[in-house]
Amino acid sequence: MADPVVSLRGISKRFGAVQALSDVDLDLPAGEVVALVGDNGAGKSTLVKTISGVGPPSDGRILFAGRPVSINGPRDAVSLGIATVYQDLALCDNLDVVNNLFLGQEPATRWGRPARWLDEIQMERRAHELLRTLSVRIPSVRTPVASLSGGQRQSVAIARSLLGSPKLVILDEPTAALGVAQTAEVLDLVVRLRERGLAVLVISHNLADVFAVCDRVEVLRLGRNAGRFDVASASQEQVVAAITGADTVLPGSRPGGRRPGLPATTAPPAPPAPTAPPATTAPPAPTAPPDTTEEVQP
Amino acid sequence: MTSTGSDTSATMPTAPGAPPTRPPDPEPIVPAGGIAGLISLVRLVGARLRGGELGSLPVVLGLIVIWTVFQTQNSHFLTANNLTNLALQLAATGTIAVGVFLVLLLGEIDLSVGWVSGLAASVMAVLSVRHGWNPVLAIVAALVLGLIIGAVQGGIFAIVGVPSFVVTLAGFIAWQGVQLKVLGSDGSINLPDGTITKLTSTFFTDATGWGLAAVAIASYVGAQLAEVRARRAAGLRPRPLLEVAGRSAVVAAAGFVAVGVMNDDRGVPLVLVIFLALVIIVDLVTRRTAYGRHVFALGGNIEATRRAGVNVAFIRISVFALASGLAAAGGVLAASRLTGVTQSTGGSDTLLNAIAAAVIGGTSLFGGRGRAWSALLGILVIQSISNGMDLLGLDQSIKFIITGSVLLASVTLDALARRGRRSSGRG
Repeated sequence: MADPVVSLRGISKRFGAVQALSDVDLDLPAGEVVALVGDNGAGKSTLVKTISGVGPPSDGRILFAGRPVSINGPRDAVSLGIATVYQDLALCDNLDVVNNLFLGQEPATRWGRPARWLDEIQMERRAHELLRTLSVRIPSVRTPVASLSGGQRQSVAIARSLLGSPKLVILDEPTAALGVAQTAEVLDLVVRLRERGLAVLVISHNLADVFAVCDRVEVLRLGRNAGRFDVASASQEQVVAAITGADTVLPGSRPGGRRPGLPATTAPPAPPAPTAPPATTAPPAPTAPPDTTEEVQP
Repeated sequence: MTSTGSDTSATMPTAPGAPPTRPPDPEPIVPAGGIAGLISLVRLVGARLRGGELGSLPVVLGLIVIWTVFQTQNSHFLTANNLTNLALQLAATGTIAVGVFLVLLLGEIDLSVGWVSGLAASVMAVLSVRHGWNPVLAIVAALVLGLIIGAVQGGIFAIVGVPSFVVTLAGFIAWQGVQLKVLGSDGSINLPDGTITKLTSTFFTDATGWGLAAVAIASYVGAQLAEVRARRAAGLRPRPLLEVAGRSAVVAAAGFVAVGVMNDDRGVPLVLVIFLALVIIVDLVTRRTAYGRHVFALGGNIEATRRAGVNVAFIRISVFALASGLAAAGGVLAASRLTGVTQSTGGSDTLLNAIAAAVIGGTSLFGGRGRAWSALLGILVIQSISNGMDLLGLDQSIKFIITGSVLLASVTLDALARRGRRSSGRG
């Protein structure tokens, strides 16, 4: 099997005395959608920041296509081909869809990027092409982003991340704050990212969404790997147990056929992820950091 | 223009084997002519207005009202002589307003432009009169000084993080002091007839005036038609020909009537051409270059723009530098018209008129919305009021009250339009 697009080996991250991540491994192969789940403070965002270059790890190795790389800033990540779509969208409401898609992507000129004379026609054509291949439904590419629905905005933000031809797309809570139909729209888009052969990492709290589109679930708990599940063969209860620490036996991922992308509507109803505490509470690990680790910033 | 219920057409696959077709786009199509075309065009305009896309319509209507009122009060108002005077009067503050427009696009404010214009004019006068510099060099020095002042103020704002309001308020106070220092104990310098005063006293011959108008209008129409053709060739929806024809007719009429009126008097003044050229350049830069797009983007969402890889500090510093540079240019034009500088050059209502002009013209105070033309339209309104009330011999107090009311009315309109946009989902 080919090397995964990105592999993390033994990633640790300390903020002063707080150990936010300890010895975390993660593989993100091409054409696979991996979900990163965990309770608040489990270290999800911290882990993503080590990949996207916002917060480099204190220890451990990042392999890109099998080669060790160091990602010390967002630019490093982008130039490797790692695109991150943040929860708060990062679109300009006053600009239309075309201009949001190409903002900051203008080819540089001899006098620098700002001197570029915009080719609106070319941009609009490429925008149509891109949105059509992703089946993103937008009333008009010349509508200001402010008038789009939450799902359409998220779709534009994801489409935008594809312009740099990334190998890995990281989606931070792509369906948070979206309605049912809009969530389905965005999940459809995630399936199409996989069809394009991209590695996709989805951070989500919503296990129904995770089971609808993801191939594999990686559970983080208290900054450590706490379970790896193949969506085709695992149950949501097992994942919830791993998130909350009820089940200390790691079921390990079983080899199995990849599940074709299912429409979101066929996903079984899920209990809200972080609730449903099990009868037995796992004893806290002695070295475990407090649950508020994620909020601690250097 | 968001027509509901037809979203799906945007994703319809192209028929196999078909040539690249126009991407489906559910905007209402305006038929190319006839009564039906006219009706649907009117509908389209109506929908835009209801959605809060007022454009320059309110200010044009306001201008018509103002001119009608003054003309009925004093029949000298709409004469060739007075309208040419109006053109001479508005160029200086109008140029400053173009700079203010840029700063407002960022959603920031520059309160120092008035005194920066005065200081630049003073430095130019001191260098050319007291030190005997070549007038052209003195003008260049004034412009460079403006750019540097703006870059420093922009740097303090963009890098240190002091709010632009405070930085430029400090500039408002401090540059006035520097101007007093530069002018020294005399407090005023008269400019002898020469290159600098010729900026205002030069008028083009009738033929040159017509030629300039013809070239400008032909370029405008040509660019519009070229865009229609290019969009059609690329399979994109072009702007309806009826709209192109309408716009071209309005621009041509305005241009030729203005030239005709001024030719009836002394001719087209050089300062007006300088001012209009600056407006056109700034308009093209803001709308057609990546730089301009970054300025608009910053006015919309700072964090998103930063994450898109735009150098936010560079954009901010350069916009403030341009604003002060344009203010310096306005100061030079003002000194040229008044054939001298005094301690109050650039003071009084210069700053407020420049800001009011940009806002009245339709530039949003909230950033990210506006056209460079708003500086021209806004200063036309302000200067018409000022000029008309001078003709009527009204007191300065009335002038201030009326100008203030017009400013309030236009900002209220902006706020209401914003609400209209929000309720129709256009943020």
